[in-house]
Amino acid sequence: MNDALGLPQSVLVLGGGSEIARAIVRALLARRPATVILAGRPGSPAVDQAAAEARQLGAPAVTVLGFDATDPPSVRGAVDEAFAGSGDIDLVVVAFGLLGDQEAAEKDPLAAVDVAAVNYTGAVVAGLAVAAHLREQGHGTLVALSTVAGERVRRANFVYGSSKAGMDGFYQGLGDALAETGARVVIVRPGFVRTRMTAGMKPAPLATDADGVAAAVVTGLAKGSSVIWVPAALRWVFVGFRHLPRALWRRIPG
Amino acid sequence: MSRLLAGWGRTAPTAARVVPLGDDAGAALAHPGPRGTLARGLGRSYGDAAQNAGGTVLDATAHDELIDIDPEAGTVRVDAGVSLDRLLRRLVPLGFFVPVTPGTRFVTVGGAVAADVHGKNHHHDGSLANHVREMTLATPTGTVTVGPARDPDLFWATAGGMGLTGVLLDATLALPRIESSLLRVDTDRATDLDAVMALMDEGDHRYHYSVAWIDCLARGRHLGRSVLTRGDFAAASGLPAKHRDHPLAYDAAVRIEAPPVFPSGLVNVWTMRVFNEAVYRTAPVRRRDELQPIARFFHPLDFVGGWNRLYGRRGFLQWQCVLPFGAEDTLRSSIEGLSGAGVGSVLAVLKRFGPGNPAPLSFPAAGWTLALDMPVVPALGPLLDGLDEAVVGAGGRVYLAKDSRVSRRLIPVMYPRLPEWRTVRDRVDPEGVLVSDLDRRLDLSGRWA
Repeated sequence: MNDALGLPQSVLVLGGGSEIARAIVRALLARRPATVILAGRPGSPAVDQAAAEARQLGAPAVTVLGFDATDPPSVRGAVDEAFAGSGDIDLVVVAFGLLGDQEAAEKDPLAAVDVAAVNYTGAVVAGLAVAAHLREQGHGTLVALSTVAGERVRRANFVYGSSKAGMDGFYQGLGDALAETGARVVIVRPGFVRTRMTAGMKPAPLATDADGVAAAVVTGLAKGSSVIWVPAALRWVFVGFRHLPRALWRRIPG
Repeated sequence: MSRLLAGWGRTAPTAARVVPLGDDAGAALAHPGPRGTLARGLGRSYGDAAQNAGGTVLDATAHDELIDIDPEAGTVRVDAGVSLDRLLRRLVPLGFFVPVTPGTRFVTVGGAVAADVHGKNHHHDGSLANHVREMTLATPTGTVTVGPARDPDLFWATAGGMGLTGVLLDATLALPRIESSLLRVDTDRATDLDAVMALMDEGDHRYHYSVAWIDCLARGRHLGRSVLTRGDFAAASGLPAKHRDHPLAYDAAVRIEAPPVFPSGLVNVWTMRVFNEAVYRTAPVRRRDELQPIARFFHPLDFVGGWNRLYGRRGFLQWQCVLPFGAEDTLRSSIEGLSGAGVGSVLAVLKRFGPGNPAPLSFPAAGWTLALDMPVVPALGPLLDGLDEAVVGAGGRVYLAKDSRVSRRLIPVMYPRLPEWRTVRDRVDPEGVLVSDLDRRLDLSGRWA
């Protein structure tokens, strides 16, 4: 069960190799032991590392599942397999995502397919599959890792941004659909996060790191937030950004 | 129909199928569904004790017909869903009081037994189960009557057993007699923790009822400053004229309702400081023999209906510990920790407990008990974890009916007789039909490891 401060006793991560998800698991285990299920790309070394890390931090049980985020039946299968295990799952983190290559996609439309499939289609299938199990349990928290890039899509990365915009909107609606079921959805919207995925990119202002996102998530779970901006100031920055004239917004650099 | 249920602190709501508890509790226990069954009263436990996510919850307030008073014997047999509020309305005019009442009268008899509640008279009378003569309990293996001399193992496992040994159907309580509905109350203001503890050590035995409100935000030389109120029921003789004709008149109205929606964060460290200062300053330094009606002395919070909503959507936590005598240093350092972190409380209470009873999961034990209500702020988690460790280190425990966040690892240390309780539970519920969110979280039953 999640306790009064939102701390879970069991966690499922979809995208178990994600650096942000790993940081979230570390932050949760620092507070309370929890069983951990990590679902990721089969054979991914990052997932194995995450599993070893969770064991080391005192998780009483760690399970690894394989799935392919571009393949919807595989996404659903991983979720069902995780929930078929011995106990309830208190917290699910949907952490898989693909940044993709904007330039390549603008040259070859098919290069955009995986980004759209993973970030939107995969996330939709995962969300719906998890929601069905949480309804049955009568409780549980679904944390969806979105991004500010979906809040207003930019010229510089509109393939990624639009896929995340769709994903973000989907989880908002899912959260409303789950009201009164005991399950809840928490959307996390970090700004620029220094991770492997963004390595080599110039950090944007108000950049954070994976541990910063994790700390904000733990705080947000305690407060019962439904949207967590990281850092919190970005919420107000984007109130302004949403109203910038298009001609100006277009020139915001990559 | 599935409904969202939360505890009084409103922190971790979960959904369950809610079914009224009827005469046929046995049927509900025979077909529990995959996620089990639990009885729920008025939902005044603070955490998740009366929730069963995804399962069935039997609404015991639907089972509230019987109130059978035996004036000769001084007992009442009462359905488990009857509230102390209703019971008092019947008992007081007849010259009886309930043997134990917690700080609210809006609890059911069943819930009160399940938490083995205590009150301001614990140092004299012990907790509720000490006054239960007999009770009828529907268990998954059959409906039984238990009492201190009739299957005492099951009787004591049910007292404080958090509803996990069966669904209580009715209970027979021994009642104290009263001559009036008024209490003669003595109030003392104490400038610090030492002063209030000395007053209680020295004088509590002279009063039937005693409790101290404590300012957990005061620091330095004011640490633990308190207002101590103690009293006894007034005799009929010697009452002032206006009470003489109707000494047992009982008035217990809910004066105002809290608004249905209230923003989080208005009960914060600054508003609490102002409130606490006001409570302390307006209390008399020393007053003797003030006449107070039952509702004001025992249930002051009940004047505001739904006061838990004042903490807003985020809800609030209650933390209550008991520390054995001799662990006063831990008590002091706990209060220092709270006041230092600015995680204060407007409703902090200090009381001296008498000895505990034979129930393996009953909370009270000889020593000091400190109870605090705190708005949910993220910093609370690590702070309370630290306090739990200190309490365990000093041989104390926290109260399950109030808990919503203790680490399950500490439960077998806090409640060392847990294995004994599990043996009794396993006898009456071998399949694990009785389930609560509290049990899933703390693994009292030993089935969630």
